[in-house]
Amino acid sequence: MTERTRTDTVEAETLSGHRGLDVDEALIFEMDSPGKTGVDLPEAPRDRPRLGGVTRRGPIGLPGLAEPEVVRHYTNLSRKNMAIDTTMYPLGSCTMKHNPRLNEKMARLPGFADIHPLQPEETVQGALALIDRLAHWLKTLTGMPAVAMSPGAGAHGELCGMMAIRAAIDARGEDGRRRVLVPESAHGTNPATAAALGFKVDSVPGGEDGKVDIEAFKAKLGDDVAGIMLTNPNTCGLFENDIRAIADAIHEAGGYFYCDGANFNAIAGRVRPGDLGIDAMHINLHKTFSTPHGGGGPGSGPVVLSDALAPYAPVPAVIHDGERFRLVETPGQHGHLGQSFGRMKGFQGQMGMFVRALAYMLSHGADGVRQASEDAVLNANYVREELARDGLMSPSYPGPCMHEALFDERFLKGTGVSTLDIAKALLDEGFHPMTMYFPLVVHGAMLIEPTESESKDTLDRFILTLRGLAERARAGDAEFFHGAPRRVPLRRLDETTAARKPVLRWKPEEAVREAAE
Amino acid sequence: MRYLPHTDDDRRSMLAAIGVKSIDDLYRDVPDAARIDGPIYDLPLHAGEMEVERDLAALAAKNVAAGSVPSFLGAGAYRHHVPATVDHLIQRGEFLTAYTPYQPEVSQGTLQALFEFQTQVALLTGMDVANASMYDGATACAEAVMMANRVTKRGKAVLAGGLHPHYRDVTRNLSHYTGFQLDEGAPNPDGGEDLEARLDDHTSCVVVQNPDVFGHVRDLSGLAQACRDKGALLVVVVTEAVSLGLIESPGAMGADIVVGEGQAIGNTLNFGGPHVGLFATRDKLVRQMPGRVCGQTTDADGRRGFVLTLSTREQHIRREKATSNICTNSGLCALAFTIHMALLGEQGFRGLAELNHAAACRTADALAAIDGVEVLTDAFFNEITVRLPRPAAEVVSDLAARGVLAGVPASRLWPERDDLADLLIVASTETNTGDDVAALAAALEEVL
Repeated sequence: MTERTRTDTVEAETLSGHRGLDVDEALIFEMDSPGKTGVDLPEAPRDRPRLGGVTRRGPIGLPGLAEPEVVRHYTNLSRKNMAIDTTMYPLGSCTMKHNPRLNEKMARLPGFADIHPLQPEETVQGALALIDRLAHWLKTLTGMPAVAMSPGAGAHGELCGMMAIRAAIDARGEDGRRRVLVPESAHGTNPATAAALGFKVDSVPGGEDGKVDIEAFKAKLGDDVAGIMLTNPNTCGLFENDIRAIADAIHEAGGYFYCDGANFNAIAGRVRPGDLGIDAMHINLHKTFSTPHGGGGPGSGPVVLSDALAPYAPVPAVIHDGERFRLVETPGQHGHLGQSFGRMKGFQGQMGMFVRALAYMLSHGADGVRQASEDAVLNANYVREELARDGLMSPSYPGPCMHEALFDERFLKGTGVSTLDIAKALLDEGFHPMTMYFPLVVHGAMLIEPTESESKDTLDRFILTLRGLAERARAGDAEFFHGAPRRVPLRRLDETTAARKPVLRWKPEEAVREAAE
Repeated sequence: MRYLPHTDDDRRSMLAAIGVKSIDDLYRDVPDAARIDGPIYDLPLHAGEMEVERDLAALAAKNVAAGSVPSFLGAGAYRHHVPATVDHLIQRGEFLTAYTPYQPEVSQGTLQALFEFQTQVALLTGMDVANASMYDGATACAEAVMMANRVTKRGKAVLAGGLHPHYRDVTRNLSHYTGFQLDEGAPNPDGGEDLEARLDDHTSCVVVQNPDVFGHVRDLSGLAQACRDKGALLVVVVTEAVSLGLIESPGAMGADIVVGEGQAIGNTLNFGGPHVGLFATRDKLVRQMPGRVCGQTTDADGRRGFVLTLSTREQHIRREKATSNICTNSGLCALAFTIHMALLGEQGFRGLAELNHAAACRTADALAAIDGVEVLTDAFFNEITVRLPRPAAEVVSDLAARGVLAGVPASRLWPERDDLADLLIVASTETNTGDDVAALAAALEEVL
């Protein structure tokens, strides 16, 4: 980190601590006025409590604020965030597309938001029908025969798919099959998931072209291989054109093919993963199907399954018995899923996300889903081409790409400017940066995923900006980059101290003082 | 298509800039056999907002919204009043449409709210620290057992019989694949369970729910001491977070890890998801805690700010050596929790808990007065279990037909246990009026 300049510091100072629209917000605990509250509740009757004597002693320590204070506090906090609603957010691998507000409205209909997960089935037929309809869309778009709806996020979906693979292998009585092949370019969740389930992770090197090295992959096959976890389109933004051969080879070796579907937005409506020989794939409804990321969740990660894995799918599941929809809540209930590997989540899944995803699908239709994928791929290739024009920025692999374009920091060689610096300079330009330093297979990765939601004008402005920054870096203005960002709520943050001396909650001043003594 | 900004002219000029003739050229790596060339059979074409709204509203109308009838369902998900402010604020686009805060300079809104969330959860549970949330209470419970195994380097967890069966199942599922043992207790609707006796030198943790799934509240201090004596951790599960306003905190009773479901605060029922898992522990165990964590630091100008931290535990850094594969959490649900808690404050939160307890006392008295109904819970927060003279699932169905959602039949949670078939788990919250209770009692008398 470089020394801040005097000018920067002076500009940062105001009498109030606020900086125009950027309002300084204390923590709610520092705004406490005991006795204040933001709710008006009726007085509870003063009967003798029946808590078995296990009554809380002493105050909890929660701060008191009135409603207007709470509204202003969180409104001002929200303004310190970049978001899709405010700017282009080309975070590779995250599919930051527009989140339609119709979806929010639909998810809040009392018939969806205000139903209890354990209500009698006859009172939730519409909800079960909705899950069934969404399942139909997912199965049709992927060309797969079955889908498990309950996983709560992408990584949870991976857990689901890999549990199904474990269950299938166990059913075959092959307890020696414990090795899972994971390409070097994989998301970190892939090896973490496999390891969590007792698999041994074996890394497969990538080829020169950013795709799986098929010979290296084949050399790793054996009768202890449980399967492969492969992202397709992969994390370098490329379609694995040998995927069919990979599927055949893994099947021939007795293993299963887990496909990470994080990048489904490139191919939805154009390519059916079921035709590629996969056995399981999670679909991030919060990526491809526009459910909001919410600052880190909630997500939703249904998993489509092949015939080979479908019998092991988790409960609960929705079925139709010819008359009405039923929930299969334990393995074998209503004569279904007797071999299910069990339950993954408290209830039947992320219903709120299901409603939003179905609203997205119905709005787009099959034609719109396809058009969205095509526009996403078009946008990524356009950005890729324009940034690389005249040899300015360095794409990591030959094109075309799918819905995201991968660059690395070769073009910054000798400038003293890094991928991180470029990202921080983009913040000052009002753009959210691309994904940095992922995938790990190239140096200083910059993974740009514009999504279909960006207009040509926005893309042109982004391209102009990033090209300008690249030129400025190459012109030798490293200091400018090291001092960035300067025009956003905070400058660079000290992450090292944060990790070394973690402060993970607010404490009253006395407590902090005592701890220091 | 209203969501797609390009005109056909835009598309043509962009293809020309790329130097290809058609979009198909960009998909040339896709094997022919996997390409879809025409329209997709069996899926509709795009539709306007009005048509979609009509379609989905018709599905919603086929469900009985819990708020439209007297409703007494709990057992892991609770209907509370959520102030209008909460839902309004979480729909601020800057919160709603932001990603995980990887760029802290432009994510202080999300990060500071998470720091407030972690502090609130730590205060409520009586613990030192909390993470930035998990998928839900059940997955948090399974993660707690895995953490206890790591911390103690032991591989056997004791699960109380009063643990919600779904939490047990999620934990059991993970235990099966990760190779740790479970000692599962049998459900005891009358309360009381000798967990101390099941502790031995191989026990990594005891997992106990309070109030338990039948509604019983118990003092866990003795159990905590017994765990310490054996070198095991005490994991306390809380499925109704509002109970923490009235019941002694798990931390004060000696818990090492507290996990729970935070849905009851700030979040609607949503048919079971998304909800928000809570996870809190002691300072000394923090580096074994799963999930995202937000920490305080300063920026280059010395201003206070917040960042995601301790990421060396996590999958994107550690890959197969990570403490958990978790990536996404329940950020927006955690935000709703935080805003609701901020509105409640000390006074409001305690008042809310008192109202819930009072409502349950009223329900217990009304049901106890019915011939043939026996209330099994005498120490409870807002949920009780009653024994009916016939199978509870039938009674619930009969009552649903009369417009009352009476509660959760125990057979829904333990379909394999005939001895529990007559039990009904009944939750009451501040949303239940005296009229609701009267309607429940009257309908019950009618069908029994």
